[in-house]
Formats: sequence, C-alpha cells, structure tokens
Amino acid sequence: MSKDENLKSNNDDTQWPLWEVFTQPREGKPHEHAGSLHAPDAEMALENARDVYARRKEAVNIWVVPSEQIVASKGEDAGPFFDPADDKPYRHPQFYSVPRATKRRS
Amino acid sequence: MEDSTKREAFQERIDKGETIEPKDFMPDRYRQQLIRMMSQHAHSEIVGMLPEGNWITRAPSLRRKLILLSKVQDEAGHGLYLYSATETLGASRQEVIDDLLNGRAKYSSIFNYPTLSWADVAVIGWLVDGAAIINQTMLARSSYGPYARAMVRICKEESFHKKQGYEMVAKMAEGTPEQQEMIQDAVNRWWWPTLMMFGPHDDDSPNSAELIKWGVKSKTNDELRQSFVDRHVQEAHTVGLEIPDPDLEYNEETGHWNFGEIDWDEFWKVVKGNGPMNRERLNARRKAHEEGEWVREAAEEYARKRKLRQEKVS
Ligand SMILES: [Fe+2]
Ligand SMILES: [Fe+2]
Repeated sequence: MSKDENLKSNNDDTQWPLWEVFTQPREGKPHEHAGSLHAPDAEMALENARDVYARRKEAVNIWVVPSEQIVASKGEDAGPFFDPADDKPYRHPQFYSVPRATKRRS
Repeated sequence: MEDSTKREAFQERIDKGETIEPKDFMPDRYRQQLIRMMSQHAHSEIVGMLPEGNWITRAPSLRRKLILLSKVQDEAGHGLYLYSATETLGASRQEVIDDLLNGRAKYSSIFNYPTLSWADVAVIGWLVDGAAIINQTMLARSSYGPYARAMVRICKEESFHKKQGYEMVAKMAEGTPEQQEMIQDAVNRWWWPTLMMFGPHDDDSPNSAELIKWGVKSKTNDELRQSFVDRHVQEAHTVGLEIPDPDLEYNEETGHWNFGEIDWDEFWKVVKGNGPMNRERLNARRKAHEEGEWVREAAEEYARKRKLRQEKVS
C-alpha cells in the first residue's frame, strides 16, 4: 500500500465522507448494519445505499449515519467493560426456584 | 513490537473459531495480508465488469441484455462491499484504488483474457462465477468479520450469476450446429484459465499456510480446484460439452476427477502482467475513472448547493 509520492493521485476527488449503512429487512424487524459507503451528503448516501445494499428488496427502510459519529466500545475492553453484568445472576429467571403449579382439572 | 502474549491470545481466539472485528487486536501481518487479499478481491470484481460489459450493447435479446446489465451491476456492488470491508482495516480507499490504477495492485488473472464471442458471456457466468462461488463460500467463514459478512452477501448474488450462465450454456449446447460450435469453442478457451483462478499448487503458494493458520482460508488452492473440477465436469457432461483435457478421468477410488497439469508458464506470464488483455484492462479502468470525473464533480456541486439552500431556509 505504499503511496508513490511522485505519482499524482488519480482520485483525489473520491474521498467523500464515509457513511455506515443500516438496513431493516422487513417491517417490525430491527435495523442491521449492512456496510459502508462514501457520499457527498446524506441524501446521496441514502440513494447509493439503496443501489448497493438493496438491489433485491433486502430492505424496507435504510438508515445512513456518518461513520465518525458512531461511538463503539472497544473489543479489547470487552471483559472489564461488560463485567458489571458478571455477578448478577439474579437478573435471569434461571436464578429462581419456585414450586411448580400444576393445572387443576376441577 | 507487538507483545507475544497478545499474539498468542489472538491465535487462541482464531483456533476457537471466534470472529475478529475491526477494533480488536490483530497482528500487523494479519492486517496487512488481509488488506492485500481483500483489496485484490475488490479490484477483481471491478475489473471483472470489463470483459462482460464489452457485450452489453450486443446482447442477442432484451432478456439477455437485462440479465447481463444486472449481473455486471452486481459485480460493481461486490467491489464496493469489499472496498468498504477493506477500509475497516484502516486502509484508505483512495490509496487502494490508486494502487490499481497505477498498476501496482493485482487482480484475478482470469480477466486478462478476451471475450471473443457471445458464448464467452455464457461460459464466464458458468465457469468463472462458478469458481468464484467455490472460493467465496469458503471465505464466508473467514475469521475476519467484515470480510466474511461481505462474502455472505456476495454468495447470494453469485448463484444467480452462475445459473444464468449455465442456462445459456445449456441452451446453446442444444442449439444450431453453429451455436454448439461457439459454446464448445468458448469452453475450450476458458477451461484452463478458470482452473488457474485457484492459484499455484499448495507447495508453491507461500501465503496459503499462513492464511489457513489465521482462519482466513479453510481450504488449500488444490482442494478448491478439485471441488471445482468435480462439479463442473458433471455439469459439462450433462449438457453434452467436452472438457479440453485429455488426462481427465474419473477416479473410482477417490471419487474425484483426475485432471491434467496446468500450463504454469502461461499462469506466471499473465500474473506478471503479460497476458493478452492486461494493458487493455488497466487502460479501460483509467479511462472510466477519468471520464467519471465530471459525475463526481456534479455530485459535489449538487451537495454544496443543496446545503446552501437549506441554510437559507432556516
Ligand atoms: Fe462478483
Ligand atoms: Fe459474479
């Protein structure tokens, strides 16, 4: 990936902002990350997203979000970041033992 | 220096079949190898539009024209999925594309062969996309999340590519004597270059072992090539076409087809840039890029004006 400094870049003009694309596959379903693309503004990002990620009705709705606006937790910190949830088994139904109520016929 | 405990932990994650995501730790070499492999893959999709695009205006019917247009458009989409996945590794798209336009990057050699007749369009769909499916189905299980997910998306579309090609192959194979001759001629010319798509023998493929260790690939070049041969020989025979290989023979013991040796001199010649269409393809890419400049300018101007208008309103 060495960029040859002597050669003028052929495409200084294609580095538009990067957008993350989220598609909703069907009504009632949550949006899911599909990929990303470059576009000069939000509206063109939406149109490009339709042409790239929904050529076969893969989506009934699309979100585009400027990539730099996304704040993500770090993979390496997964342990410490999520460990507040580690010692709280009482948040799960399996934690409890209850008498079994049987169906009464009369 | 990366510390070795991190690298060991990374290898452990791979061995457990975990998926590596963009923000996770990864050894530099893993990142570099993936950038190389994924950008080459992206370039192949883009350059791959040229040999078939060449026939769009001469398609024999409106149906075939619609199909071909939509296939070639899919390939552009595949290129974009892959460029976008490559960017998640920190590669700049501009540099990656510069590398292609300036002839520093590689792409699949298959696209450096010419498409001489309409039958080539049929055979490319059947054989070249058929080979791509075998390779990409494996890559859909690759250890790098964005790559694997792009592959899943691509594989769904490739089955249409292969099927439309095979349909056309079958039609021509039962057509007029001229059509039969055309289709056999196309198979004769594309068979060997397609086998070369899987790359050198395992012994001559220095990257292979490393990529397998890292879970990027799960099968060797020769294994993939064998499954391609097994599947496509059957399909050729089903429609009465011959495979141009005198050594082709079914092996009862292994259940596989034995086949002849690839012409490796030709393989390396094309890889090194001296194939029949290498120069032509790159020139076509550069020309397309230059001629698209006004479209990019117009898009930018349109965005600028719309922003101005919105500012005025508010
Ligand atoms: Fe493709
Ligand atoms: Fe394809």
